[in-house]
Amino acid sequence: MLRVCLKGANSAARKCLCGNGVPLHPLQQCRSYTSGGSGSSAGKIVAASVLTVGGGVGGTILYANWDPKFRANVEKSIPYSDQVFGLALGPAAPPPVINKPRKVEPVQISSMSEMWKDSKQPKAKEVEKKAEQPDAEGPPAPAPQETLEGEACVFVAMILSAEQNVLSVFCIPLAAAKCTECEHEPAVKERPEGEVAARLAEQDKAEQDLLTSLSSNLEDALGSTAKVTLQAIGAQEAALQAIAQHTRQLREAMEAEAPPDKKSTQWRVLEDALSERSRSVDEAGAAVLKAKAELDKLRGVIDGAKHLKIAAARPSILAAEENLHSMVVDLDSVVTRVQTAQSEAKIVSQYSELVNEAKAQFQKELNSITPEIQANWKGLTGKLTQDDLNSLIAHAHRRIDQMNRELAEQRVREQIHIDSALEQQKLEDKKALEVAVSTALEHNREQMRLEQEKKVEETREVMEAEMRTQLRRQAAAHTDHLRDVLKVQEQELRSEAEEILNSSLMEKETEYRRLTQDQLDSFTLDMNAAYARLKGMEEAIDSHVIAEEEARKAHQLWLSVEALNYTLKTAALNDPTEPLEGAVQAIKESCAEDEFAQALATALPSESLSRGVYSEASLRARFYAIRQLARRVALIDETRNSLYQYFLSYLQAMLLFEKAQEAPPAKLSAEDLDTFKLLSYAAYSLEHGDLELAAKLVNQLKGESRRVAQDWLKEARLTLETKQVVSLLSAYANAVGLGTTMAP
Amino acid sequence: MSEKELGKKLDRCLADSAVKLGAGLGLGIVFSVVFFKRHTWPVAFGLGMGLGMAYTNCQNDLRAPYLIQRNIKVIAKRQ
Repeated sequence: MLRVCLKGANSAARKCLCGNGVPLHPLQQCRSYTSGGSGSSAGKIVAASVLTVGGGVGGTILYANWDPKFRANVEKSIPYSDQVFGLALGPAAPPPVINKPRKVEPVQISSMSEMWKDSKQPKAKEVEKKAEQPDAEGPPAPAPQETLEGEACVFVAMILSAEQNVLSVFCIPLAAAKCTECEHEPAVKERPEGEVAARLAEQDKAEQDLLTSLSSNLEDALGSTAKVTLQAIGAQEAALQAIAQHTRQLREAMEAEAPPDKKSTQWRVLEDALSERSRSVDEAGAAVLKAKAELDKLRGVIDGAKHLKIAAARPSILAAEENLHSMVVDLDSVVTRVQTAQSEAKIVSQYSELVNEAKAQFQKELNSITPEIQANWKGLTGKLTQDDLNSLIAHAHRRIDQMNRELAEQRVREQIHIDSALEQQKLEDKKALEVAVSTALEHNREQMRLEQEKKVEETREVMEAEMRTQLRRQAAAHTDHLRDVLKVQEQELRSEAEEILNSSLMEKETEYRRLTQDQLDSFTLDMNAAYARLKGMEEAIDSHVIAEEEARKAHQLWLSVEALNYTLKTAALNDPTEPLEGAVQAIKESCAEDEFAQALATALPSESLSRGVYSEASLRARFYAIRQLARRVALIDETRNSLYQYFLSYLQAMLLFEKAQEAPPAKLSAEDLDTFKLLSYAAYSLEHGDLELAAKLVNQLKGESRRVAQDWLKEARLTLETKQVVSLLSAYANAVGLGTTMAP
Repeated sequence: MSEKELGKKLDRCLADSAVKLGAGLGLGIVFSVVFFKRHTWPVAFGLGMGLGMAYTNCQNDLRAPYLIQRNIKVIAKRQ
């Protein structure tokens, strides 16, 4: 193409140049240059284009190999590029869609899991402990809690896959947390829901059982502990009471000045009280020990219950713990009270001992001084002598001095004693404080622990409630979805079932219809056959009846026609017959339905009905007279009717002799129309009984002859008509009769 | 009876001719006697007249059926 263009250009240029007058050589040279150059440049261009295209394709393939998105784009935009890529690179890697949510979940887990870890810290151990226990139920390798959670995860994943917009943030990380756990496991099979439900139910039942046993245990333990503690407290109270009583009595005993017998009783009472006190104290101590043992047992039971880690048991556990704590507190308080009472009592006893000692000493001194005086010296004022009194007073004074001295000494030592006592007291106080502080701390710690546990429990409850609500929401969503799906399924199934029902129903119906139709058809066939036979029989009978009727009618007709014939025969020689009316009426009556007969009956001329007809014989006889007359007026017609013509015709009649009867030819020629011939023909036919021919022949008469024969002709016509009708009727009657007789 | 008509006519003719002849005769005689001095020609004339009248009457009577009368209307059938 390039060469063609160039040639064109060259020719144009040549022309131009020729026009200008420049020689051709430079052009030729140019042409050679351009031709060679064009060849090489074309090749160059081709090579360059090939290189470019190859480079582009190769680059595209390489880049597609590196960037799958680009590959996808190219495959989308350029058709058949996917095949090229397939050939060159192999199939495209599947698009990595799942990675993103996976990437999202762990991030959230990290934030939430920390929270969970913090909150779960105290319970972590219990969780593990709880996880340990259900292991005993025997599910495969992963912990049932995990599998439960795994099942829940799969369940939840199903819900997730179905509805992606219902779950709250709380649930997704939880589910995701569980999902990561289950994803880490190689093959968590989705258990069928029934099994899951069964397992859940089992676990629930086990939990329930455990719970009930636990609660019963707790209650029992609590009850026993409470009882024992109450007993201990009661014992302690009793001990307290005893101690108080004892101290009071001691004090009373010391302070009161009772007579000796009462004093002895008092001392005895005191001794009793002391024994009582010691007993009660012992009892109280034993009870306290027992109570402590029970409390420890209860604590052990509570710990055991805690180990089971059943959520529902926690409040009861907490309550038990609280009870325990309160019991412990009560017990401790009572014990401290008892201890204070005991210390008081000790003081009082010490005081009483001191007093007793002093009293004893005094008594001893007194006894040493006044031995006869009894111990009970309140009521002894009357008995004592003055010496005794004086000695007593002196003793008393001495005693007082001694006491004063001792007092002074005591006062001096007081401070030291007080300091030492204070220090001791301080020490003791410190100790007591420490003890109290420790106990209080213990109590507080316990309380705080309880409170914490309570709070934890509350938060747990709240969380659980929230989780429950979320789960409920999920469950609600799930139930909604299930409901919808079930509804759709129900509709589908219903429509299917309806279809099936309809189809089977239609089948059954068609079957039934067919059967009934068959039955009906057979029945109809039978019925039709029977009906046809019946009809046949009826028709046969009817036809018989009809035939008989017809026969009867025909008979009647025949009879009436015979009557008519008979009346026809009643004609006297010159008189007509009787009027045929009666017979005709009879015929009409006899064959009222027979149109033919009716027509025939009506076809009879009225004169025959009213007057009757002449017989053939009378007509024959009459003819002769007419013949004569006709002969005589043979010449008379319209033109010739003068009297002279009459004379001539008479003359002719006299002179002309014709045959009396001449057989008429088959065809009448012109000359046969002569009056005389006609008359002889007519006579012949009459003689041979052919009234009709005779009438026809007579009808050919002309002129006066005709006028003369007119009446005869009329009568002949009447007779002929009547006879014809009657013969028709009789023939018809005969035919009908014949038909009827032939019928069956 | 049409055949008896002629006889009747002829009877009438005869009767009429007898009457006419007689009347003619009579009148002739009368006229001859009265008017024409007993010539016989009025008798003959009378007889002749009588006969002629009787002849004519007889003839007319016999012709009567063949006479076309004026009052018979001829109805032409339109073709």
